[in-house]
Amino acid sequence: MSDYRIQGATGEWEVVVGLEVHAQVTSNAKLFSGAATAFGAEPNTQVSLVDAAMPGMLPVPNRECIRQAVRTGMAIDAQINKWSRFDRKNYFYADLPQGYQISQLYHPIVGEGQIEIVLDEKNPDTSTKVIGVERIHVEQDAGKLMHDQHPTSSYVDLNRSGVALMEIVSRPDMRSPAEAGAYLAKLRTILRYVGSCDGNMDQGSMRADVNVSVRKPGGELGTRTETKNVNSVRFVMAVVEREASRQVDVLEAGGKIVQETRLYDPDKNETRSMRSKEDAHDYRYFPDPDLLPLVLDDAFLDECRASLPELPDVKRKRYEQALGLSPYNAATLTADADTARWFETLLTESAAAQKKSESDVAKAAANWLLSDLYGALNRLGKSLEDSPVSPAQAAELLALVADGTLSGSLAKQVFEIMLETGDAPGKIVEEKGLKQTSDTGAIEAAVATVLANNADKVEQYRGGKEALFGFFVGQTMKAMQGKANPQVVNELVKKALAG
Amino acid sequence: MTNLTDLTVAEIRDGFRAGDFSAREVAEGFNANVAAAKALNAFIVETPEKALAAADAADKAKAVGETLGALAGVPIGMKDLFCTEGVQTTAASHMLEGFVPTYESTVSGKLWAAGAGMLGKLNLDQFAMGSSNETSYFGNVISPWKRGGGDNAALAPGGSSGGSSSAISARLCPAATGTDTGGSIRQPAAFTGISGIKPTYGRCSRWGIVAFASSLDQAGPMARTVRDNALLLEVMAGFDPKDSTSLDLAVPQWEANLSSDLRGKTVGIPKEYRPDGLNAEIAALWDKGIAWLKDAGANVVEVSLPHTKYALPTYYIIAPAEASSNLARYDGVRYGQRDLPDGAGLQDMYAATRAAGFGPEVKRRIMIGTYVLSAGFYDAYYTQAQKVRALIARDFDRAFEQCDLLLTPTAPSAAFTLGEKQADPLAMYLNDVFTVPASLAGLPAMSVPGGLDSQGLPLGLQIIGKALDEQTVLNAGLAIEERAGFVARPDKWW
Amino acid sequence: MSIDLQTVKKIASLSRISVTDAEAQAMVPELNNILGWVEQLGEVDVTGIEPMTAVIPNTQRLRVDAVTDGNVRDKVLVNAPQAEHGFFAVPKVIE
Repeated sequence: MSDYRIQGATGEWEVVVGLEVHAQVTSNAKLFSGAATAFGAEPNTQVSLVDAAMPGMLPVPNRECIRQAVRTGMAIDAQINKWSRFDRKNYFYADLPQGYQISQLYHPIVGEGQIEIVLDEKNPDTSTKVIGVERIHVEQDAGKLMHDQHPTSSYVDLNRSGVALMEIVSRPDMRSPAEAGAYLAKLRTILRYVGSCDGNMDQGSMRADVNVSVRKPGGELGTRTETKNVNSVRFVMAVVEREASRQVDVLEAGGKIVQETRLYDPDKNETRSMRSKEDAHDYRYFPDPDLLPLVLDDAFLDECRASLPELPDVKRKRYEQALGLSPYNAATLTADADTARWFETLLTESAAAQKKSESDVAKAAANWLLSDLYGALNRLGKSLEDSPVSPAQAAELLALVADGTLSGSLAKQVFEIMLETGDAPGKIVEEKGLKQTSDTGAIEAAVATVLANNADKVEQYRGGKEALFGFFVGQTMKAMQGKANPQVVNELVKKALAG
Repeated sequence: MTNLTDLTVAEIRDGFRAGDFSAREVAEGFNANVAAAKALNAFIVETPEKALAAADAADKAKAVGETLGALAGVPIGMKDLFCTEGVQTTAASHMLEGFVPTYESTVSGKLWAAGAGMLGKLNLDQFAMGSSNETSYFGNVISPWKRGGGDNAALAPGGSSGGSSSAISARLCPAATGTDTGGSIRQPAAFTGISGIKPTYGRCSRWGIVAFASSLDQAGPMARTVRDNALLLEVMAGFDPKDSTSLDLAVPQWEANLSSDLRGKTVGIPKEYRPDGLNAEIAALWDKGIAWLKDAGANVVEVSLPHTKYALPTYYIIAPAEASSNLARYDGVRYGQRDLPDGAGLQDMYAATRAAGFGPEVKRRIMIGTYVLSAGFYDAYYTQAQKVRALIARDFDRAFEQCDLLLTPTAPSAAFTLGEKQADPLAMYLNDVFTVPASLAGLPAMSVPGGLDSQGLPLGLQIIGKALDEQTVLNAGLAIEERAGFVARPDKWW
Repeated sequence: MSIDLQTVKKIASLSRISVTDAEAQAMVPELNNILGWVEQLGEVDVTGIEPMTAVIPNTQRLRVDAVTDGNVRDKVLVNAPQAEHGFFAVPKVIE
């Protein structure tokens, strides 16, 4: 397990981390109104009279947002509360038109659950840790304030106001920056598998409030600070590291940690106090009287469960056990829903193209995807999503290798052309004549020519300089313009030299 | 010839259909009465052109033989708590002065769709908070009634639907909308000698009505007769998918099923509504009411609602709590007044705007609500109040095991003088002692006039029914109406 | 429980209603009077009673996930005391 320690002047310190992640629920319309949720619209165009909190406007919840929260809860093995309720969190701010946020404090829709994180990617089966999830509740997002458009005014855009969020609250179970990072990454993986959140952290679809405290190992929990709206795995890790060492410095200098809200500045890599939001918070939560208790029936829950996909942990184990992939490859391929989906299409197409079982073609497919395809995409600065090569084309390429039509090096040449032209590999092989040959007659002739032209070296070889074998193979391949089956060349060269 | 403005809604509807008069004649008659009654201050905005437009549409529809809406040819008043598209809606506050909604409340929209025309927006207690119509930013509404014997004191029309009650009893409109949170339809109806019904919570959509206390607010009609209430409520009620608390039920044919025959019905008389010191004239009227219902064939039993005395304190925790949150949206950002002192920041702007935009009673209730919800007090006040509220509802459930409806006085007194109770908020709150329990339980309840007191002022009787049983409430109201023979009307002095 | 001037000011601040000292002073007895009166609820035995959650027993309906609203910026902004370039404008907020 993790033994991340901060070395202070007074000894070692342990860091305790909990995360509250806000994840935007994937839905067409907002949580309580029929306005759209799409990212990047003109200001205040995706705002209904309900979102603008006009007098007399009332909320009606969106079924899909409730469904996605329940599915997410099921994906982390959480208790689903068949009876839940919405509460109002009251405070005044310009991005909060109602003067309250509709949230769930007293009776959240999802209760206790858990997420398993992997701490060593090379050994995903032996380095896991379970992080508790206290609850998931559904709530409204706030609008957006812009401060840089006018010298004396801030501008308010309510497009985000009322968009559905899931707040996923972890237990303070993490003990290092790496664990916090792994938790957030894993949560993102799960949400993307479930389809309940797109996980686009750069668009604000997911952001974390990071609760950090330090203590002497095994001691009483210290006072925590909350760093708000951290929007990447890397930044979460940085916040934990910076905030923990800041707290140790404060404590060792004889100071006290103030329970407060902080902000992370990625440019300076430091957290700072956000005093403006600190003024005497008393949210006066109470049940929203405009809404009724939310009661979920079995049919609803059954549909939620039935619509869940295979989840990453199960998939990873299946890749290892049923497909025979290495733990590392299995972990890498399942870390993202899109990658796993791409891989599985490739697998199906490959098995069909080669008339073999998926487990027979899995290793080659996984290796090709993780080395050849990822290497190429990296070089081109592209993601899997916009790969110029489709899974079907890739399956065709792998089949050509498997049936001996292409050698490894020919396959790489063909792949390069595929990336450039988007053509199918079969067509490229035909047009460019890149087919590998096993025609023994042609190869024998080539070998004979090579040996005749290098009589001196043949003599040296036969005299015991066996290292020259590779030279003859190379010359033969060159004579065959790289298209000869290397195994056949090997055999024929050996035979000719022996003769 | 009949004075058209003396007609009931049903009479206008039927006379218009029969061709006895045109809708325009009716609208013009009421427009003239409205214009001549500034002294009552019943309207915040007058919309004679809207009334005429609806009337002309009705006349035209009739002329070409189109199907007529249920309220074709009937002009009405609209309490200024209902958002009306293109017409200023203020909730009688400075805060919303100048606010012109771009939308129409569900209930008002249904009324217009049925052919009704709008005479104007009726004055009320600010944000519907008050029992005397003295908290309006636009000034007190004056009751058309006067005490006898030359007493010229200006009387309260009740509240919060005081503009509605004053206007109907003064024949400025044949009917009006009201809203009732703790008695705001029933108490003003009682004070002015008219009828009004608060239906079961959830019957009428709250969408587009400026919210006071969401779990209590219900719209309902106010008019001079039980029949008018029945036919108006049929138009106003109905499921609205835009209101989560709206009941997804068909609207009964209340008017067609009106019957004053109460044989087989049992009336409960809650003994807790007869406290020591109950006004003797009120008690006497109540006894008359009991006799009338017996005469209509009903059995009468005494029942007990043991938590009655806790209803008002419960109400004065729950209603302000909800209001403190519902009124948080009035912040000077998106609509309404903004008060921006020099150099003020955002939070200063809020505080200044709300200080200037809300009247004293609204501020008082927001502050009480804020306090009872604040950290450390929530359970002692709010949770306890919701538990007691559950007990109050249970009291009614148990009583209704023994009876079909309850009869009580509507208010503990006749209309009081304006200003009389203003200095003491608590004395004002106590006026709702008989109306609040039914509100807390969401039950249908109606006030019908029973007679005049010794000073010549109207007194009302309240009928409370089982949830969704508006029919029995209306039928009992009709039985009383037929027997009380209430025909008194205020002498015109305005 | 009885509230003092300090508490009144705190409630006023939480409610975002500015009050002068004189106003706050006047509210002390007024609010105490009302709060003292509602506190009689404390004497009610509520053992085993659940707080009321729905006035008329009913559960929450859910909407289908369709875009049916929005795209009404003019309607949203038309009543604003200060609207500029499609935004609501407020005094500059320093975060």
